[in-house]
Amino acid sequence: MAARATGDPEAIRAIPVRHWGRWASGVGVVVVMAWVSWSAVHSGIIDGAQVRRYQFSPLILEGLRATVVLAVAAQATGVVLGVVFAVLRLSKNVVASWVAAFYIWFFRGTPVLVQLFFWYNGVPSVWKRITIGVPFTHLTLYSARTVDFMTPFMAAFLGLALNEGAYMAEIVRAGILSVDEGQVEAAQALGMTPLLTMRRIVLPQAMRVIVPPTGNEFISMLKTTSLAEAITYGELLRRASDIYSSNLEVVPLLVVASIWYLVLTTVAGTGQYFLERRFARGRGRDLGESPWERVRRAVGGRPRW
Amino acid sequence: MVTPMVRAEKVYKRFGRVEALRGIDLTVAPGEVTVIIGPSGSGKSTFLRCINHLEQISAGRLWVDGELVGYRQDGDRIHELREREVARRRAAIGMVFQRFNLFPHMTALQNVTEAPVRVKGISSSVAQAAARRLLDRVGLAGKIDCYPAELSGGQQQRVAIARALAMEPKLMLFDEATSALDPELVGEVLAVMRGLAADGMTMVVVTHEMGFAREVGHHLVFMDDGAVVEEGPPRQVFAEPREPRTRAFLSKVL
Repeated sequence: MAARATGDPEAIRAIPVRHWGRWASGVGVVVVMAWVSWSAVHSGIIDGAQVRRYQFSPLILEGLRATVVLAVAAQATGVVLGVVFAVLRLSKNVVASWVAAFYIWFFRGTPVLVQLFFWYNGVPSVWKRITIGVPFTHLTLYSARTVDFMTPFMAAFLGLALNEGAYMAEIVRAGILSVDEGQVEAAQALGMTPLLTMRRIVLPQAMRVIVPPTGNEFISMLKTTSLAEAITYGELLRRASDIYSSNLEVVPLLVVASIWYLVLTTVAGTGQYFLERRFARGRGRDLGESPWERVRRAVGGRPRW
Repeated sequence: MVTPMVRAEKVYKRFGRVEALRGIDLTVAPGEVTVIIGPSGSGKSTFLRCINHLEQISAGRLWVDGELVGYRQDGDRIHELREREVARRRAAIGMVFQRFNLFPHMTALQNVTEAPVRVKGISSSVAQAAARRLLDRVGLAGKIDCYPAELSGGQQQRVAIARALAMEPKLMLFDEATSALDPELVGEVLAVMRGLAADGMTMVVVTHEMGFAREVGHHLVFMDDGAVVEEGPPRQVFAEPREPRTRAFLSKVL
């Protein structure tokens, strides 16, 4: 290499541009937020002692458990329904494709709250008994009065899961369409059947596109479970309102519930982060260390030089 | 007479109103390397894709190893094959694509073992041992745990060749296997293909590499506008092409 005559060039020492607009707007936002917080606290309505008293009360914790159970069950079922209906929607079978399109159109096009009322109040009044038997015979495997079967949990679960399935179907369909056609051809050329190709080649790659909006959906689901309050399912909001309807501490209990919702959505958001890293495998983009890896290295891990 | 590995009789392929293939007649003997050359849009790739039924032919007959491609003949009747049956026949034909089409979510080793394990039902330890041998043969023994994104184009294409060979195919199809590569990476892929040819693999190669066509090919086919214009031993076609169209094409590419 040719020797440089003057050595390394001198670093540029420039005076940075001052962004006065950013300073002004930043200060403005801080002032407004401080004022809002101050007025909320000094109104005396948000009673810290009450919030602390109820945050871990057994009734609230019972509601928290019910919320998590409902959200996880409905989301998991929604994901399964979404995969099934996305595949049907993309199927060459015209009937299957139309059935899937109708399902998506119907459940995406009506409010969830209406669907919950429909399952809880509508179905038991239209169909008095639910009977599962062998068709065209008198053999019955299961039979019950619909009102006994359609508990608040069952109605909330069916309503939220079926509604979620419609949204997930569109998310999964977008994921499947995002996979390069050459991948399907390569799999076919190796003698893989369409089902095997979908399961081993297309869906794993579609996951990279599917996971981020699904995380979004789950966070949304955690909050949407509060609608089940309207059909008397004992989830978080219902438990909070049970308490404030007797002691009239409305705002502190809404704060208690909101804090739990924030905790749940934060946990879900963290989970999403790790899931996205898992499905980014082989994608070339350097992900760097995860926060977990950084912590592990800080806490006495082997130095890496 | 030996059954030809590939036999095409008046093969037509239409895409809507466009006629991509207009009556292809071609025979590929077992152990023979057939090289198809021609300008872009001449139907070479389409014909190659018809051989393993990635495209369905519109008219004519196409056999691989004595079996109709995509159909079953029962006396005078032709039955369409079920997907499962089409897949079973494709498993015996290896294909290498211009854009590699490696599975990006799998390592080199997993790319090679996937089909033997999932399609043929070979145990994964046996498939892995075979995959290691194949990757070693294409010169990638040190890269078995790399994902495709971590490999150069030439390395990816060599993994793709190993992936196709893992199914122990009786016929290999190469669809412009070097066209997407940097010039300096073309050689390493062609070397692997030469090795295969020397081992007696039956190959149909669509390519723009005239040197490869001349030195490795046993049979050269020049296609233009969906038809075979001229065919014969490569040296003869290159040295003294009979058709004016062939002459015009060769004068531009040589």
